[in-house]
Amino acid sequence: MTAATLNLRSRSPFDFAFAVLMVIACGIAFARYNPYMDYYEQAILLGATLALIAFGWFWRAMRTFLPVCALVALTGIYIYQGDLARGQTAFWLKYMLASQSLVMWMCVCFFLATAMFWLGMLRRSATALSIGVGLTWAAATAALSSALVRWYESYLIGSDVGHIPVSNLYEVFVLFCLITSLMYLYYAARFNARSMGAFVLLVISAAVGFILWYTFDRQAHEIQPLIPALQSWWMKIHVPANFIGYGAFALSAMLGVAQLLVSRGILTTRLPSYDTLGEVMYKAISVGFLFFTIATILGAAWAADAWGGYWSWDPKETWALIVWLNYAAWLHVRLVKGWRGEVLAWWSVVGLLVTTFAFLGVNMFLSGLHSYGGL
Amino acid sequence: MKTRRYIPFRHALYDLLSSMRFAISLLVVLSIASIIGTVLKQNEPYSNYHFEFGDFWFSIFEPIGLFDVYHAGWFLGILGFLVVSLSLCIYRHLPGFVREIKSYRASATANSLQLMQHHASGAGTPDQAAVLAHLKTAGFRWKIRDEDGAVLIAAKRGSWQKLGYFFAHSAMIVIFVGGLMDGNLPLKIRELFGNKVAETRDLPQSKVPPQSRLDAGNGSFRGNVTLAEGGGADVVFINSGNGYFVQELPFVLKLKQFHVEHYSTGQPKKFASDIEVLDRVSGKRITSGTVEVNKPLVVDGVAIYQSSFGDGGSGLTFARWDLATGQKTALAGRSQAAQAIRIGNDDYTLETGDLRVFNIENMGKPAAQTSTVAVSQLEQTLQSARSVKADHNLRNLGPSIQFKLRDSAGQATEYLNYLAPFNDEGTLYLVTGMRRAVSDAFAFVRIPLDDAAEVDTFQRLRATLLDAKNWPEIARRTADKAFKDGAFSATNHREFQAVAQNVLQQFALGGFPALERFLDAKVPKEQRQNVAQTYLKILQGAAIDAMELAQQRAGLPTLTMDAAHYRFLMDSLVANSALFDYGPPVYLQPTGFTEVKSSGFQLTRSPGKNIVYLGSILLVLGIFCMFYVREERLWLRMAGGRTLIAMSSNRRNRDFDREFERHRDALLPQEPGDAA
Repeated sequence: MTAATLNLRSRSPFDFAFAVLMVIACGIAFARYNPYMDYYEQAILLGATLALIAFGWFWRAMRTFLPVCALVALTGIYIYQGDLARGQTAFWLKYMLASQSLVMWMCVCFFLATAMFWLGMLRRSATALSIGVGLTWAAATAALSSALVRWYESYLIGSDVGHIPVSNLYEVFVLFCLITSLMYLYYAARFNARSMGAFVLLVISAAVGFILWYTFDRQAHEIQPLIPALQSWWMKIHVPANFIGYGAFALSAMLGVAQLLVSRGILTTRLPSYDTLGEVMYKAISVGFLFFTIATILGAAWAADAWGGYWSWDPKETWALIVWLNYAAWLHVRLVKGWRGEVLAWWSVVGLLVTTFAFLGVNMFLSGLHSYGGL
Repeated sequence: MKTRRYIPFRHALYDLLSSMRFAISLLVVLSIASIIGTVLKQNEPYSNYHFEFGDFWFSIFEPIGLFDVYHAGWFLGILGFLVVSLSLCIYRHLPGFVREIKSYRASATANSLQLMQHHASGAGTPDQAAVLAHLKTAGFRWKIRDEDGAVLIAAKRGSWQKLGYFFAHSAMIVIFVGGLMDGNLPLKIRELFGNKVAETRDLPQSKVPPQSRLDAGNGSFRGNVTLAEGGGADVVFINSGNGYFVQELPFVLKLKQFHVEHYSTGQPKKFASDIEVLDRVSGKRITSGTVEVNKPLVVDGVAIYQSSFGDGGSGLTFARWDLATGQKTALAGRSQAAQAIRIGNDDYTLETGDLRVFNIENMGKPAAQTSTVAVSQLEQTLQSARSVKADHNLRNLGPSIQFKLRDSAGQATEYLNYLAPFNDEGTLYLVTGMRRAVSDAFAFVRIPLDDAAEVDTFQRLRATLLDAKNWPEIARRTADKAFKDGAFSATNHREFQAVAQNVLQQFALGGFPALERFLDAKVPKEQRQNVAQTYLKILQGAAIDAMELAQQRAGLPTLTMDAAHYRFLMDSLVANSALFDYGPPVYLQPTGFTEVKSSGFQLTRSPGKNIVYLGSILLVLGIFCMFYVREERLWLRMAGGRTLIAMSSNRRNRDFDREFERHRDALLPQEPGDAA
């Protein structure tokens, strides 16, 4: 990946155009918001720019996806004209481009995509699968754009309220949907295995169901200001890194389910081959493991700033360690012992339960320092 | 004959400890222990555990360290074994890996190459310079071996993959060592040998004996201290099991001022302490600064964190209203303190708790929205789902003081009294809450305020209304008024007066509930409703007369009976009724305060932190190399006008298949031969 990504000679003009676009975007952001950023945030901006360029070069679809999302978000921001109340009156905001409208479109698209994937898989309809992929792209676009618009909206509520939308359970669920769906889209294209979507989109749909309940029953979508413990640039990197991990683990668990079905002769001809599912599962877990490791380390570094120690055996920290140990063991038996097949599939399904507990259960049932995402 | 193969114990132990099976088993045990530690709340006061599990289970759980799993000997032991296991694993694999990294495997024969899964051959010999150029662009390093007319180019790339293994696994050891430096193991060991003993008594810091004190030279610690504004400390407290240690600081920490800022929504926005760090001996200022959450201050290797805040003992003044006599006296106190107080003939202790200067409460949806009938439920829900801005009706209820009155038998009643009047649509009240158990919610009483926004009129009315001496006079006045208005023309004046007096008497026994009990006991069920209505009217009338009487006796003008004053009287009846169930007969009305805040600090010295970070970097680097660097070897053997290409990798997958095809097509002469 690295060598191929960074080899400048194999880059197309489109790649360079994308890079230039990202650099310009970074420049504009820097010029406009430089006075409000500390050194760390400036470093994060620079790092994010480089990461986005690398991401676009690594996965070409991003060269279109990212600018489109930016365009959608900027349109929404333009229509706001600095007045949050316009979200309820301006037609395009009210029905399309306000962050909550975009989240609702995301929910609709994910549900429809799930239905299309199941239809396409069961009836072996390539058209339905294509529509499913298209809907998933649309949903991912809505998800990322909604996060960007929400970021802007938070500043419209109050300049002291504004913050990146990764600060509570509602916001990270949208992030989870975005990351899981993008990972699916990547592997589906790379392994030509679109029908995996029938399973992967199930876990996303569950998350979407949660988002809807959380919005309508608990009004969790309302933007809340940051409590002092969360006012840190660490949040900008710790949370997204964590959710790449969670997304990857969720994806691999759903592929585990698919693999178990295939091994029992169910849907064999409709799903990707047993080996393909196993390979994607491995790839997802190895990506997830890397990012989960980074996220946990970032979390420890943040804890050292906020709580006085990089490791306090807080329930959230401990469960992160358990998740980490779980996947470390999974990777060991696959890579060192050369295990393949059912045990690993079951293991990755159980891994999702462990991960879900670390993500949600700890906040719901155990008290501790990390109690920001309570239900 | 069967021979038993003899394996020396040393080797068997080595095999076991360095095996992955052993390592994974340890990981599983570690995970389970960690889960126990998250489910069972750690480091609570021991009395809580006694209460929760009973003495029997406590006596089992406590010695095996379940109340502090992560610092229990066996837990650290498992970690230790894991480190040993990892070290042996590295020791076992390192030489082989080094050989692998160095070697080009240039001795590969044509046969061994043909046995590889990825190989192909073709006629012709490629230009060596072109081959090497291609290999160079692809990032290969190579070795050329010329033997018996056969030229073998053995190339490889991605040796970092193997280094990744080394990085990731040694990182774990580095992290562990760093963690050990910051942990409390040295202290545990000193405890074990009786050198140091945790103090369990609640003593002033200076009285704590030397065996529970740790000197300032202690390499690593993590302790807490709470300072009131203006206060200072040269020690922190470290919790340990059922007790604590006193850790001396290399300096004196002084809190100048603590600030809290709130968002407009009432949530906290900023906690910050202005501190000064002084020299222990000379008292000279070493440094000063502001500590905030997420922004610690590091002094002399000790990091100072903002960890909590509270009330540091503020001066309080109360108007003490004796509810039995209506008398008012002044009372001074201090928050977070206890003082004796005599109420009637009983002795009580007044235990003051927190002074809270801001009480921002969500008062529910604004009235305007809920009363709009035209807006349908669905539309409202959708509207609210579209808007990211919460529209809560927030109100600052002003300062409040929480306190307990404890009688000589130890029974406490807890109160929550507000200083500022609560404005309910133009009418002012003072709010006081009462509860008998901490688990209960406060039952609030709203005491109506008079035209001067004072409690006096209410208390005057209360004293008059509840005093038996006044009942005949009040009842007479009420009866006179009733007959003048002609409302009860059929009833005999004296009978009415008797009834009125009885109503007053019943009310004085226990408010509305007492009146209700009387009705239940004396009046047949079918008439009860009517009689109750009548009694209520009489009571309302009597309240007006009692007020009149009270004002006249105090030499004050009587209240004109307009809507506001009528409401005042009705609210007074309700409040009076509620005050019958208010514990000791005293109402402490907060009248002022001088706030002194306190701030809680955590001070840590963690020399292992940077080592842990170094280990973390190694770990990420290692994992990255292991998963994303593919070690590849490529051989090109040219002999007898034919060329054989073969590739191997530590990981065979589709990417590698593609990679092989790419190199084959680039390196093999044009006409493809017997490709595999």
